[in-house]
Amino acid sequence: MSVLNGVSYGLLLFMLSAGLTLIFSMMGVLNFAHASFYMLGAYFAYQVSEWTNYWVAFVVAPILVAVMGGLFERYVLRKTHKSGHVAELLVTFGLSFVILELVQLIWGRSAVDYKVPAALDGSLFKLFNSSFPEYRAFMMLVAVGMLVSLFLMLKKTRIGLVIQAALTHPETTEALGHNVPRVFAMVFAGGCALAGLAGVIGGNAFITEPGMAQAVGAIIFVVVVVGGMGSLAGALIASVLIGLMQTFAVGLDWSFLGGLSALGIDVTPDTFGYPVWKLKLSQIGPILPYLLLVVMLVVRPKGIMGTRDD
Amino acid sequence: MTNPTTSSLRPLHFKPLNGVRIVVWSLFALVLIILPLAAHSSFALTLLCLTGIAAIACMSYNMLLGQAGMLSFGHAVYTGLGTFVAIHTMNKIVGGWPLPMWLVPMVGGFAGLGFGALLGFVTTRKAGTPFSMITLGVGELVFAAALMFPEFFGGEAGINSNRTGGTGWLHDLGLTFGPQIQVYYLIAIYLFICTAAMYAFTMTPLGRIANAVRDNAERAEFIGYDTRWVRYLIVMASSFFAGIAGGLTALNVEAATADLLHGVRSGGYLLFTFLGGVGFFFGPIIGSVLLIFSLVVLSEYTKAWQLYVGIVFLIMVVYAPGGFSALLMLNLRRIKYGEWRKMRWPYAGMVFFGLIALWGIAAIVEMAYQIQVAAGSGSALTIAGIPLDASSSSSWAVAIAVMIVGGAAFEYWRRKFAKVWSDGEERIAEAIKKAEAAIV
Amino acid sequence: MKISLKASAIAVAVSFLAAGVANAQNVKVAFIEGMSGPFGGVGQNQLKHFQYAAERFSGKQANSGVTVEIVPMDSKGSPQEALALLKKATDEGIHFVTQGNGSNVAGVLIDAINKHNERNPGKEVVFLNYAAIDPDFTNSKCSPWHFRFDAGSDMKLEGLTNFMMDQKDIKNVYIIGQNYSHGQQVSKFTKEFLAKKRPDIKVVGDELHPMGQVKDFAPYIAKMQAANADAVVTGNWGSDLALLIRAANAAGFKGKFYTFYAGVIGTPTAIGAAGADRVEMVAYWHPNSAQSQFESIYTGFKAKFNEEFYTVAAVNAVRFLVASVEKAKSTDAAPVARAMAGMKMKGASGEDIEMRASDGALQQALYVVNWTKAGGPGVKFDAENTGYGFQTVRYLMPSQAARPTTCKMPKRI
Repeated sequence: MSVLNGVSYGLLLFMLSAGLTLIFSMMGVLNFAHASFYMLGAYFAYQVSEWTNYWVAFVVAPILVAVMGGLFERYVLRKTHKSGHVAELLVTFGLSFVILELVQLIWGRSAVDYKVPAALDGSLFKLFNSSFPEYRAFMMLVAVGMLVSLFLMLKKTRIGLVIQAALTHPETTEALGHNVPRVFAMVFAGGCALAGLAGVIGGNAFITEPGMAQAVGAIIFVVVVVGGMGSLAGALIASVLIGLMQTFAVGLDWSFLGGLSALGIDVTPDTFGYPVWKLKLSQIGPILPYLLLVVMLVVRPKGIMGTRDD
Repeated sequence: MTNPTTSSLRPLHFKPLNGVRIVVWSLFALVLIILPLAAHSSFALTLLCLTGIAAIACMSYNMLLGQAGMLSFGHAVYTGLGTFVAIHTMNKIVGGWPLPMWLVPMVGGFAGLGFGALLGFVTTRKAGTPFSMITLGVGELVFAAALMFPEFFGGEAGINSNRTGGTGWLHDLGLTFGPQIQVYYLIAIYLFICTAAMYAFTMTPLGRIANAVRDNAERAEFIGYDTRWVRYLIVMASSFFAGIAGGLTALNVEAATADLLHGVRSGGYLLFTFLGGVGFFFGPIIGSVLLIFSLVVLSEYTKAWQLYVGIVFLIMVVYAPGGFSALLMLNLRRIKYGEWRKMRWPYAGMVFFGLIALWGIAAIVEMAYQIQVAAGSGSALTIAGIPLDASSSSSWAVAIAVMIVGGAAFEYWRRKFAKVWSDGEERIAEAIKKAEAAIV
Repeated sequence: MKISLKASAIAVAVSFLAAGVANAQNVKVAFIEGMSGPFGGVGQNQLKHFQYAAERFSGKQANSGVTVEIVPMDSKGSPQEALALLKKATDEGIHFVTQGNGSNVAGVLIDAINKHNERNPGKEVVFLNYAAIDPDFTNSKCSPWHFRFDAGSDMKLEGLTNFMMDQKDIKNVYIIGQNYSHGQQVSKFTKEFLAKKRPDIKVVGDELHPMGQVKDFAPYIAKMQAANADAVVTGNWGSDLALLIRAANAAGFKGKFYTFYAGVIGTPTAIGAAGADRVEMVAYWHPNSAQSQFESIYTGFKAKFNEEFYTVAAVNAVRFLVASVEKAKSTDAAPVARAMAGMKMKGASGEDIEMRASDGALQQALYVVNWTKAGGPGVKFDAENTGYGFQTVRYLMPSQAARPTTCKMPKRI
């Protein structure tokens, strides 16, 4: 059960970080507003499913997010390209502010009632005495489907080839008659669409509120760094690793205190550093990804699948 | 982004005390001394104190961003940890440690230095974008840890202290730090010294190498500098000054809470340092004034202040990446080269229609807020003295029309302005070339 | 930030309203709260509570000579800015400050007000705390300038465990909370009270998780199921609470949740059907409390703002302030604080509520309520149009909810 929980959460993280990694590896832009597009996906899906139904929203919301991402790339991001990567990062940082405020302006500041569709609202099977929800299985299915189609698109189709060519040799690709800026805009829009899709399926599994972007923002950066900057495969491994790690950590009540007393060392509240020794693994579970980040940087700075070591 | 001290081609003579500098720094000191006399209320004095502290923090941030090109998302970690160490020190002083209160900010500074040495060791392993992401992760880590160790961080309620508890002959003379004005002057002294120290730092070989690492890390590496070591040293120096700002916060507020470490605060330093301008040494000071203005003053007038700040930030990044200080310097240069006259009308047109368009935008935003946030307290509101009603479609129509008309006219003048501006830029470039040729 | 839900019933104490219209006095109250940013929604909502309370319970409508004016100040939830605003308030000659969301801000304010009052005699400030429920504020950190109109978390747990005591089917209790003072206190008091009241109940889990960091509660629920928990006590609020209950529902966890903050704006929407008949809450008032004479305030508020009315502490703060100013015949902080200490009034169900002089904590009734389908008996109103509302399952008189205090109150001036 814990494995399933961990993997399904990890796959959602992957959907989020896949778009980020894609944009980063193609354009060298770290999209700080990526989590904001995830939030937009959830809110669009909520709005569209209020008007029609969930399945329409499932298709329409990512497209809307992609359009917004494409427009942003075309009219704002491209203009900062000449000022360098710092300016590009800053402009997406500013965008995350503006999106957050606009979302609050349109949908209010508290959570909206974005529900799991009735058809998927049930339990798939029971293991021991806890049941595995259908919707989680659906999430995993969508994530895997996305992974496979992304892979096929990049490796097997003409568009994928052009994208890869534009990435490594932009001038040559341009000379061959391809519109490289348009390819970039498409990649950016595509990456945003992935975030939007993650929002569609994550928004109702968890919660759709203005704080949701900030809640995942930092963690997907960790995934990208730990996986190795710009590596999709690395992002997949890192996401699932983090998902599993967080899930299993919750189940374990280990602490240094227990370990030390097993070794025969007596630790009392007067011992130096007692607050550290008494912390349980389950307590620090959610910050483990950040610890992983630090450890990874010390041990292997280029990340799991990273090739560059800058 | 031109650095005024490096753009000159004349042979450099090391004259730390030249006439211009003495005048500028004396003026700076004079302003710091006079400002509180102009402040009529203790609230204004509080604002000045906050601004002074923010100025140190923003300048220390600019050591990273402006000087070494390192975009950090975790600067609040150093200011915040500086505050916490300082507040514990204050409590020890109250408990009898023979340390004068006015040294507490230095304790904060050394705490910042220590944490900079510790965390910077990890964060500086990477440069560029990965560095930014890592600082973000480390920032989250420290913030989460703060809530996990209530013994040191005081949990949600934080830790309180009392700045009047010190001893020593200064204390006996009446320097108790009870009245806010005493705290202000302490902040002003620290601000002056820190500003001078940070300015001097930009002149040191390390400061110069940091610029080289920012502009071209590969070349710097090539001529024999370990860029990672340079980044590490800069992070330590920057966190030292950040820690001083944190220590001053401890004295000013007499309390430390975990939100001092939060990523939102780091984001604020980044945002406003950039708005002030990273290319000039004094840019972050402008940024800190803007920071306190938006946070404390603007937010009194509109609930949508974050939206406005976000939009201004976006526009600045796209159109004026040098921030307000660069805008100021570019216009000063115009005046110097006698180009200002030609720009009067385009400027006037842009400002006039820009304000009109701004009114339209503000009206739309404020009406939307009125409906979304303040529903029930009536739908009537006024923007710049003009009454509107968020529930009437005519108000909306007026706002939208004003925005479109104002925006279109603004765009017309902007194009005119852009042309005049770039023409002027060419003439100035030529003039500079001629002047250089004359020297050679 | 600690948002507190609501509470005790309040009567429209006609007797006191009839009191003197002698000389008109205007009292400004600085409302220092985060009203922009991620948690701004709660602050905005509570500002409306205060404005509505001031309109109904002071000035003309209340037939009183004392008019309360609420001056909103946006602290953005930051203690540092709250302090700057406190300075601003004192500059403007405001002697009364109210705040509630966030014991961190409240703690800093109490401390700053103590220092301010000590350093500026004659210009004292009184703090009306409507929602920060850290028990320390009325125990070890108590102050003669601080009055709390919410029930402390120890009082609330007294009520909650009082109800749990009689639930014979509870055998294994699981405690989960956010890792900060409130979550830690909930854990501490739950264990202490349960050990006294039902020693046979086993505490099978005691968990603290980082605040606002957990996106997926499924593993926690799995742990509860593995421990055979049939009741969960949690001090969580906001998305941490909503996510917990949703995850429980998804994983088919059958136990009940004993909570504090299920009624805060936005949370009912987020919990929705997932929490039906499995979420219990302790509060000092709720719209369906049978004896409530505050229905007209609830409906009036909803008609005016289209939002839920739940912070009765705002109404009580205004009522006590008006009555104290009338009694002291002054708007200065020191005499008003003296008048307020020990002041008695009638609550909504006719119970006697008292601002206890020994610690500045309002002694009031408590309800334990159940989140259930609206429309049935005792569930007249639903919350946030979800179709679900709160139903009283236990009522505790003020004397039953009272807790002793360890406060050594400094002498009032």
